[in-house]
Amino acid sequence: MQFERKDILDIESLSAEEISFILDTADRMKEISKRPVKKVPTLRGKTVVLFFYEPSTRTRTSFEIAAKRLSADTLSISSGSSSMVKGETLVDTARNLEAMNPDVIIIRHYSAGAPHTLARLLKTTSIINAGDGMHEHPTQALLDLMTVREKKGYIRDLRIAIIGDISHSRVARSDIMGFTKMGAEVVLGGPLTMIPAGIESLGATVAGNSDDAVRGADVIIMLRIQKERQQSFLYPSDREYSKVFGLNPERLKKAKKDVLIMHPGPINRGVEISSEVADGPYSIILEQVTNGVSVRMALLFLVAGGVRNVNSD
Amino acid sequence: MLILIKGGRVVDPGNLDGIMDILIDDDRIIEIVPSGKSEKGGSGLLKGRVPERIIDASDKIVVPGLIDMHVHLREPGQEYKETIETGTLAAACGGFTSVCAMPNTIPVNDNRQITEYILKRTREAGNVTVYPVAAISKGLEGMSLCEYGDLKEAGAIALSDDGKPVSNSRLMRRAMEYARGFRLPVISHCEVNELSAGGVMNEGAVATRMGLAGIPNAAESIMVMRDIALCELTGAHLHIAHVSTHESVNAIREAKRKGIPVTSETAPHYFTLTDDAVSGYNTNAKMSPPLRSAFDREAVREGLSDGTIDVIASDHAPHSSIEKDVEFDFAANGIVGLETSVSLCLKLVEDGVIGISELIEKISKNPARILGIEKSIKIGGIADITIIDPEAVYTVDSGGFRSLGRNTPFNGWKMKGRTYLTMVCGRIVFENIMTQEGSL
Repeated sequence: MQFERKDILDIESLSAEEISFILDTADRMKEISKRPVKKVPTLRGKTVVLFFYEPSTRTRTSFEIAAKRLSADTLSISSGSSSMVKGETLVDTARNLEAMNPDVIIIRHYSAGAPHTLARLLKTTSIINAGDGMHEHPTQALLDLMTVREKKGYIRDLRIAIIGDISHSRVARSDIMGFTKMGAEVVLGGPLTMIPAGIESLGATVAGNSDDAVRGADVIIMLRIQKERQQSFLYPSDREYSKVFGLNPERLKKAKKDVLIMHPGPINRGVEISSEVADGPYSIILEQVTNGVSVRMALLFLVAGGVRNVNSD
Repeated sequence: MLILIKGGRVVDPGNLDGIMDILIDDDRIIEIVPSGKSEKGGSGLLKGRVPERIIDASDKIVVPGLIDMHVHLREPGQEYKETIETGTLAAACGGFTSVCAMPNTIPVNDNRQITEYILKRTREAGNVTVYPVAAISKGLEGMSLCEYGDLKEAGAIALSDDGKPVSNSRLMRRAMEYARGFRLPVISHCEVNELSAGGVMNEGAVATRMGLAGIPNAAESIMVMRDIALCELTGAHLHIAHVSTHESVNAIREAKRKGIPVTSETAPHYFTLTDDAVSGYNTNAKMSPPLRSAFDREAVREGLSDGTIDVIASDHAPHSSIEKDVEFDFAANGIVGLETSVSLCLKLVEDGVIGISELIEKISKNPARILGIEKSIKIGGIADITIIDPEAVYTVDSGGFRSLGRNTPFNGWKMKGRTYLTMVCGRIVFENIMTQEGSL
């Protein structure tokens, strides 16, 4: 196929075929990171701007490493240092950035839809969404898909449990859409205060409780619980959450024998996931991080590669 | 100046419906006769007089001047969004001879000076009649009552903290009791802040898919039910603004059945659009209350059809690109409506939801009754008249709006039916020269 997208804004707009193509490309990129000299000249002379309105260590570092391994020049702007603190609007900031002709802008923003606004305004610069509000985090879903496909060999018909604060999670939305597009079954668990209205319309089912969600699961994705959510009455205490919804060795027994445990990080040990499980034999949390670099290399290559249209063989 | 409106279908619900000629002398209607008789010499309506202007209204509908009882004119304080001059020009263009100006100006219209200022600016630059609505509470802060007696004397026609709810039930109770003594209707913006806080659109599948925080129907309907209970307690005239949910419609229907003195309005966007319009993070579909589900839209249409909803008002809320060309979370609530309202209302008639007569009740007769003013086509009456061309087909172009606001979700929509002419006190303040035929 030909990959003709200028931007990577969300999983929702990607087809299953495009997702497979991205994952295939990421699989090939992975080898580069294992070389003693981890650098190829593919994006030499290209400029990649990392524009982070929200604090991030993992995602930003991952993108930066990905860009550098492809020899792109990278530039990192964070909210504290950018002119947004001086009151400049997103639109004006974007137009100013574009005037300097970057090839790719990777944006993380606390408002849903901000990358879409940028993509509409900037006619030539590619936009990659590194997480927008509670909307989507497409590169996280792609690395999750890559990791599961690598471990299981396939995605179709797997039972994927996602447990935690679905309402506020962009990872959950992207994962639900990504896994269902690839033919998996997605079951959601968590307190009902954290299950948003109409989530079934994305293709997931809601389990009655976390035991039901875990039961028979091939993959369990645990979401980070944000402690400030107690103030909005979403859950009573860490103690209760850990007991009723957390993943511990006891609850894990209800899953399939070869279950994979994933987490987008950073983890709250002892709250949504016990240390035994996080560090245990089923956990592939760090492999997710490794694959994150490959997926982001693939996406940078596909949107900014010498020609935008990359032919598959 | 003598003006003859000739051959139009005159629709004044409860009063007139037929092809008639209307003769206007200065600000008054002086003759109304069935069409055709006016040519018959001395016995006809002209009685030998020669009108300076003859308006051919054949195939058009001639109605009492339309009233939009929910408009934000932004003056004083935010003249970059709208002024009394531009807002009333938009009103004239939309067919409205009168508008109610909501009090959330800067400063707030919570005292005689601001009410008088609005009326003074209307006399200087206004194109239609402006009825100032004063605030229920000082500064719209929900802490203390405004001086309703003084405000009414200065020209305030109703009370509202529109844009914000009156969260304190005791203050609302006292406001309604006190307002009743001055026969001032209380227009309630129904919203439970604790339920809507953080929300930017309707709660539901669309918000979930888009990752936007939702506002549940209950944020509106709980407050509608509270205010109905306070209305029952106090006997004040309660008018529920911009009804958007099926629960609200049901509650109002039940209250009316029990004889509680409540009236209500909705806006064209609530009977036309659903929360799907937000797709693509369209900030021109962001307003408060938010666009709801198709089920709610249907309930609003039923409420219009069975009379539960008395009034259609646009909630005209002009904003500049500074407020709208931003992240969806940060975009201001509200859309302009004066220049698209009549066309969207006529679609209701075309869809068979209500008849033309019921429509004129909702955009002229009922608002007049609620506000305690008169809008009628009758001999000796003030010549506030709107002529509608129900067949005119056009495409909405927000660039051509008279309003300073361009924030409409209806830009590019194909419409059928629009205002042909607007007359305020015998003065023609708008006429659609594009489709005009046979004028002098």
